[in-house]
Amino acid sequence: MIQQTREAGKRPPSSAAAIGWNAGQFVIAALGLVVVIGLMWLGFLYLRGTKTASIANALIAIIWGVGGVAALITVTNLLIESLPNIWRGRLLPFLFFLPGVGILFLFLTIPTLITLYQSFYNSDSSEFVGLQNYIATFTDRSMLESFRNNLIWLFLGTGFCVGFGLLIAVLADRSKFEVVAKAIIFLPMAISLVGASVIWRFMYAYAPADQPQIGVQNALLAAFGIPPQSWLTLQPWNNLFLVVVMIWGSTGFCMVLFSSALKGVPADLLEAARVDGATEVQAFFRIIIPYIQGTILTVTTTTAIGTLKIFDVVYVMTGGQYGTSVVGTEFYRQFFTNRNFGYGAAIAIVLFIAISPVLVYNLRQLQSQEGF
Amino acid sequence: MATMAKVNTGSARRNRVVASILVNGVLALICLVWLVPLLGLLVSSFRERADIVSSGWWTVLPHQEYVNTTQVQLTRGLPLDQPIEVEGVALTDDQLRAGYSLPDGRRLIWANRRARLVNVQTQQWLTNANFTLSNYQNVLLGQQYTYALADGTTRTEQGENMSKAFINSITVTIPATVIPILLAAFAAYAFAWMRFPGRKIMFAMVVGLLVIPGQVALIPLLRAFSGLQINGTFLALWLVHTGFGLSLAIYLLYNYISGLPREILESAFIDGATPFTIFTRLILPLSVPALASFAIFQFMWVWNDYLNALIFLGTGPESQVVTIKLAQMIGSRGQDWHLLTAGGFISMLLPLAVFFALQRYFVRGLLAGSVKG
Repeated sequence: MIQQTREAGKRPPSSAAAIGWNAGQFVIAALGLVVVIGLMWLGFLYLRGTKTASIANALIAIIWGVGGVAALITVTNLLIESLPNIWRGRLLPFLFFLPGVGILFLFLTIPTLITLYQSFYNSDSSEFVGLQNYIATFTDRSMLESFRNNLIWLFLGTGFCVGFGLLIAVLADRSKFEVVAKAIIFLPMAISLVGASVIWRFMYAYAPADQPQIGVQNALLAAFGIPPQSWLTLQPWNNLFLVVVMIWGSTGFCMVLFSSALKGVPADLLEAARVDGATEVQAFFRIIIPYIQGTILTVTTTTAIGTLKIFDVVYVMTGGQYGTSVVGTEFYRQFFTNRNFGYGAAIAIVLFIAISPVLVYNLRQLQSQEGF
Repeated sequence: MATMAKVNTGSARRNRVVASILVNGVLALICLVWLVPLLGLLVSSFRERADIVSSGWWTVLPHQEYVNTTQVQLTRGLPLDQPIEVEGVALTDDQLRAGYSLPDGRRLIWANRRARLVNVQTQQWLTNANFTLSNYQNVLLGQQYTYALADGTTRTEQGENMSKAFINSITVTIPATVIPILLAAFAAYAFAWMRFPGRKIMFAMVVGLLVIPGQVALIPLLRAFSGLQINGTFLALWLVHTGFGLSLAIYLLYNYISGLPREILESAFIDGATPFTIFTRLILPLSVPALASFAIFQFMWVWNDYLNALIFLGTGPESQVVTIKLAQMIGSRGQDWHLLTAGGFISMLLPLAVFFALQRYFVRGLLAGSVKG
C-alpha cells in the first residue's frame, strides 16, 4: 500500500498539474486513504485483542502507530497536493498539525473539561450536586490532612531540592571532579519513584532493639545509643522521611538546570567584582543570583508542581496511612477504591487550580516571545 | 611594598587552598550521602538472604567485630543482684548484659544469662563479603529458595517471576516512545514554519497542557476506554502515554525546529520542493538530536511511570510492568529484602544503562523542556 502511494508520488508534478486539479492523483490518493484507514482500523482491532506481551506485538504496535501516522499523512498530502493551488495552501498546515494537536485535544483538553463537569455531579455522574464535592474536599478530615501534608511537600520538598541543587551546582562549578559529582547527584533521576521507595524503605528498615539493625538510619541511631525508630509510622515526622525520598530523587534535576545557568554567568563580571573587593558570598548574592533568577523561577515552579502531584512515593511506601496521605493518594482512593467519580474529579480540579498560576505564567511568557 | 605584595599573594594562595579543600570536601560528603542508599541496594542484592537479615550491608567492608573465643561457666544459681566475679573483675548484671571491655581489649558478655554462661570475646577484623547471584535467579526466574527459621526448621518459598514484567515494560515503553515522535515532529514543523488561522491559540494550548496534572484527565479517559473495550490492554497505555507525552514533544521539537536556519528551507522551497518533501528530506534529518533528546526523556518517563500503568494496565500477572510488580512485592513481601533489592535493581537496569550511554541527550532534553511538571 505504501508502495502504491510512492508510485503515485513519482508522477512528475508538472506545472500544469500544480496549478489546476489533478484528478488522477486525487482518485488514487482517495483510494489510498480509504485503504490506510481500513488497515489502521484492523490494526486497532488486533491490538485491542492482544493482552499478552511479546516483542512481536510491540513491533506491530510501532508499525501501526508510526507507520499508520506516516501513511495517513503521506496519502492525505497526495490528496491535498492534487487539489487546486488555493486549497492546497489552506489545507496543508492542518494536515501537519492536526494529528498531533488533535490527539492532545482528545486526550487532555476534552477530558479536563469532562472532569470539570463531573466534579459537579454525584459519584456515578447521574445527579447534579452543585458544589457539594468541593465543600467535601475542603471539610473532609482526611482531605484536610492531605492538604497539610501537601503543603509540607510543597515547601520542604521544593525548598530542599532547589537549595541543594543550587549549592551542589555552585560547588561542582568550582571543583575538579565536577563531572563525576554531577553524575552521582543526577543518577537518581533515572530511577523510578517506586524503585527509590524500595531503596529508602531499606534505608529506614526497622528491627527491635535487641536485634542487629540492617537499615542505615537505625544503625546510625544505634551507634549513638539511641533506640531504633520505626521511621515510616512515626507521626507526624514520617512525612518528612517521605519527602527525603523525593529530595534524593529530584535534586539532580535542579542541579543540572542550575549548573547550565551558572555557565552562562559572564566570567569577567565576576572577576571585576572580585578585583573590586567583593567576597565570594557577596558575588554570589549580588551577581550570580540576579543573573540566574529566571532559571531559579523555572526550577522552583517545576519542582513545586512535582510536589503537588506526588503520588508514587506515598502510595508505595505507606499507602497514605499513618497520616501521610496527600492529594494524589486521596484522588486515587476516591476515584479507584471508592469509585466516587464526582469527588475524585473535584480533587483533580482542585489540584489543577493549585497548579494553574504556573500555567498562566507560562502563557504570559509565551506571549512576550517573538513570533507569538 | 614588594614584601607586602608577596605576603598578600601568599595568604591569597593559602585562602584558595582552604577554599578548594572546603569545596571539594563538602561536595564529596554530599555525593557520599547521595550514593549510600543506592550502594546499599546494590550490595544487598548480591548477599545471601540470611546475611541481609543478620547484618547491615556495610559489614561487607572490613570492620572490627567482637568474636567469641572462650566461655566461662559461673556457678549455677549465682545471685545476680550482687557483684559477679568473672576473669578477676567484679561486674554487675547490667554491665554483663551490655558487654564489659577489659583493659586488655577482651570483652565479657552474657552468652546465656539463665545458665550463668559468659562469653569472652576479642575484637577481630572481619568482612562479610559473601556474595551470590541466587537473589537474581529467585526474582527473575521464580526459582525457589530455602531459609532457616528461628526454631531450627527450614522453609521453602517460591521466588518471583519478574522477567515477565520486564518484557511487559519493554512492550509498553518502545511504542509509547516512538509513536509520539512523528506526530510531534509534524505538528512542530507546522507551528514553526507555517502560518495558519488559530496557530497562536493552538500553540498556547500545547504550552498550557505541559504542566497539567494527568489526574484531571484520568477519569474521563478510563470511561472512554471502557467504552472502546481497551482497558487493561497495552493499547490503552500506549495511547495514554502518547497523549500525555505529546505536549512536551511538540514544545521541545518546536524550539529546535524553529531555530533551524531559514535560508536552507527557503532555498529548498524556491527549488520547487513541497512542504512535505521539505519535512521528510530536511526537517526530520536535521532534527535528529532533538528527536533523540525527547525519545530518551519519554523512555525514562514511561518506563518509570507507575500511576498510569496502575490505572490503565492494572496489576494482573500477565500484563503488569516492572514498577507495578515491584510495588506489589513491597506490599506482599516487604521484609524479603533479598528479593526486593534484586528486583529493585532489575527495574533500574535499563534506564540506568540508557542514562549512562546517552546522558548528554537526556540533559539536553531536560534543559529544553524544563517547563514540564
